[in-house]
Amino acid sequence: MNQFLAFVKKEFYHIFRDRRTLFILLGMPLVQIIIFGFALTNEVKNANFVVLDNARDAASQQLIAQINASRYFDFEKNIYSNKDLEGVFQKGEAKIAIVFPPAFASDLQHLNKAQVQIIADATDPNTATTLTAYAAAIIMDYQKEITQNALLPYTIDIQQRMLYNPQLKGAYSFVPGVMAMVLMLVCTMMTAITIVREKEAGTMEVMLVSPVRPLKIIVAKAVPYLLLSIINIISILLLSVYVLNVPINGSILLLMSEGILFIITCLSFGLLISNVTDSQQTAMFIALIGMFLPTVMLSGFMFPIENMPLPLRLISNIVPARWFYSIVKSIMIKGLGIQFIWKETLILAGMTLLLLALSIKNFKIRLA
Amino acid sequence: MTEQPIIYTEHLTKRFGDFTAVDAISFEVQKGEIFGFLGANGAGKTTAMRMLCGLSLPTSGKATIAGFDVYKQTEKIKQNIGYMSQKFSLYEDLTIKENIRFYAGIYGKSDAFIKDKTAQLLQQLNLEAEGDKLVGSLPLGLKQKLAFSVAVFHEPQIVFLDEPTGGVDPVTRREFWNMIYEAATAGITIFVTTHYMDEAEYCNRISIMVDGKIEALDTPAGLKETYNAATMDDVFLQLARKATRSDA
Amino acid sequence: MSAVAVHNLVKQYKSGKAIIEAVQGVSFDVARGELFGIIGPDGAGKTSIFRMLTTLLLPDSGGATVDGSDIVKDYQAIRQKVGYMPGRFSLYQDLTVEENLHFFATIFKTSVTENYTLIKDIYVQIEPFKTRKAGKLSGGMKQKLALCCALIHKPVVLFLDEPTTGVDAVSRKEFWDMLRNLRQQGITILVSTPYMDEASLCDRVALMQKGKIMTTGTPQQIIQSFNHNILAVKAQNMYGLLQVLKQWNAIEDAYSFGEYHHVIMKERYDKKVMRQYLASTGYADADIHAVTPTIEDCFMQLMQHKHD
Repeated sequence: MNQFLAFVKKEFYHIFRDRRTLFILLGMPLVQIIIFGFALTNEVKNANFVVLDNARDAASQQLIAQINASRYFDFEKNIYSNKDLEGVFQKGEAKIAIVFPPAFASDLQHLNKAQVQIIADATDPNTATTLTAYAAAIIMDYQKEITQNALLPYTIDIQQRMLYNPQLKGAYSFVPGVMAMVLMLVCTMMTAITIVREKEAGTMEVMLVSPVRPLKIIVAKAVPYLLLSIINIISILLLSVYVLNVPINGSILLLMSEGILFIITCLSFGLLISNVTDSQQTAMFIALIGMFLPTVMLSGFMFPIENMPLPLRLISNIVPARWFYSIVKSIMIKGLGIQFIWKETLILAGMTLLLLALSIKNFKIRLA
Repeated sequence: MTEQPIIYTEHLTKRFGDFTAVDAISFEVQKGEIFGFLGANGAGKTTAMRMLCGLSLPTSGKATIAGFDVYKQTEKIKQNIGYMSQKFSLYEDLTIKENIRFYAGIYGKSDAFIKDKTAQLLQQLNLEAEGDKLVGSLPLGLKQKLAFSVAVFHEPQIVFLDEPTGGVDPVTRREFWNMIYEAATAGITIFVTTHYMDEAEYCNRISIMVDGKIEALDTPAGLKETYNAATMDDVFLQLARKATRSDA
Repeated sequence: MSAVAVHNLVKQYKSGKAIIEAVQGVSFDVARGELFGIIGPDGAGKTSIFRMLTTLLLPDSGGATVDGSDIVKDYQAIRQKVGYMPGRFSLYQDLTVEENLHFFATIFKTSVTENYTLIKDIYVQIEPFKTRKAGKLSGGMKQKLALCCALIHKPVVLFLDEPTTGVDAVSRKEFWDMLRNLRQQGITILVSTPYMDEASLCDRVALMQKGKIMTTGTPQQIIQSFNHNILAVKAQNMYGLLQVLKQWNAIEDAYSFGEYHHVIMKERYDKKVMRQYLASTGYADADIHAVTPTIEDCFMQLMQHKHD
């Protein structure tokens, strides 16, 4: 036990004395959360909008005035045909367009039901969603206002059309994604590098020719990273809740347990990499190609899995981050319990066991 | 004869912060001389050699290499010198011929020149049949000899050798020195560092650095006489033991 | 029982299609308390032998025991009782001198105080720098610290792979003084080096070249087995002198050796004949005297025989 503790202590010395490592370990998660958080949730202000008002009646004018009055929108200009629309978006003159049908006010008054179309430039899907939501909210407010003195409720039917990226998926709930990315970085890459570094420095040779059981060396090397990763999960969650206002709807205990499971998955993969490589560069390269890129590309975090071609969809099944991402999303955002995610958990656990078994089997008690 | 020295330094100094790695060294090396540059680890040899090769700017003092100033004409210096060390020599994953071509190309030699000289070089090393072999597959001694040939391939005026024979077997070591002699006879100045004291004897003159200063500079025989020592080993030990600093 | 017994050890590596025979059937014995040197240039196979004996590599054939334990079967037993200093600097550079020492003591299940007497003489030299990071030490001091770390658990056999390579003459001398002191404390030491002059500091040596041991014995035995006369010759023009000597049919070999040339004479030829020959070729002033061969002379002669 003494041996083991000496090892863990030594490992912490390595980490704390290398500022770059320390930054990657503890600074990166914060930086990433903040970058992703603000890049994706920052509200849009003073976006230009154009109006194609085929009605030109009191109701449409009132509604346009209200939209223009909000701090989110600025009126750019009126356009007079559907053809102009395209030009406006292509030149980037406006982010959204509001289209009123010919008889907006009379429909509203006589049929108690009218339509408004909101067309958004969804080249940047996040902005588009935000803006349409804002515009819809303003229209709903207007509807409430006019309904107050009426017998029958007026309904404005809002039609939204997203141009260029109609699905608009995968852009939100970045917190689970960043969590998967950070753990991957810290656990897989750093563990692999730290073991390979000892091989490069020649210290592994001396360690092997010592009474310490080689497996103990490896486990001792993983422990500090496990602890640091738990700290990372906590700091990511704290940031999401208190800075980004992303709520944790499900059980925190369940979330942490799943996090630890995923950490062990990553550590096992890191160990496996360190077994088969002899240089830090190779280790880093394999960690990047083998884990980090799939995590970013195939976990559903950046790009929706449903939209991928079949081969990629199949490959995404073997990316552990995909399952972790889905678990975290379910717990954090949807507030689901274990009964809804046991399948994903089981798959992740299975992968972990496999990776662990492989890395122990491949572990060399000698050189070469 | 008042021929200009090929290497000339005057109070050449390099400081890193408040650490003076090379402390006002002054010496001259004549054309065609084999000059041994000795010193304990950390005495400042590497730093001094880097300044002479135009890789590192001196803090103060003067130096000219083949007539070129180490402050302003480093590109000219690099054209006129060759460099080889135990650590950096040739690309292991290129063939012998590819390595030669690559290095000759760096110095802008013509194709005809490269072709003639490559044939000549391979013949000298008895490698005519092996020009297309990977350098990595050659034994160490041969690699070092080849590296030396490549370092003098572009016919530099001076060649800097940083511990060229470390770990090489005694026979090959002598063959290597034979090549050094031939190059020196052809007029190339040799500037060499070594940990083998018997090799120090093969030099025309030797300087011994201690704590950043040149503590002694003479012919091997002269040094032995001055320090009343039987071997160069003794001279070196007497001088190096004076060192008070250690390398960082 | 020998401290180390090596029998027909073979190690091959694959490099692409080619097979490199790093160690080609090497056998030797090291007695208890002996300071045994494996002398040879880079690529002779020294490191491979050390790695097999320290259980880091498996031999392809042949075998060896260290303190009676088999290097393949009893690898765990061997790891308990040997000390090993690999060729490269093998300490934690970002840990201080003290931290390194305590760390190594702990993993060998001992403490610094328990075996302090063994390392005391060496450790006092680096103690003033005990709070300095190992990476900031000079080459000589790093070496001393590495030796302390390898000794901290009082190993039965100490393996030092090229401890003096790239180290200057002063540090080398100090290092060998330390080894001789350790030997007096009863530790068996195996050391490898490419420096021929270090052979004379060992009790017994094996001269290695290209994966084979050319000869084994005490330095005196090896020198005595050198069966030719050697003359040392010096003149003003050393390079010219060597050319002249090499053309002479009375010699086996001639090569430079420090400030002299060493000339291996064929039988029946002596100093007098050489003086006549040199006088006839313009080197009448040459200084000629008989010398005892060194290990380096022997090594070169053995190498030539292998070429034949």
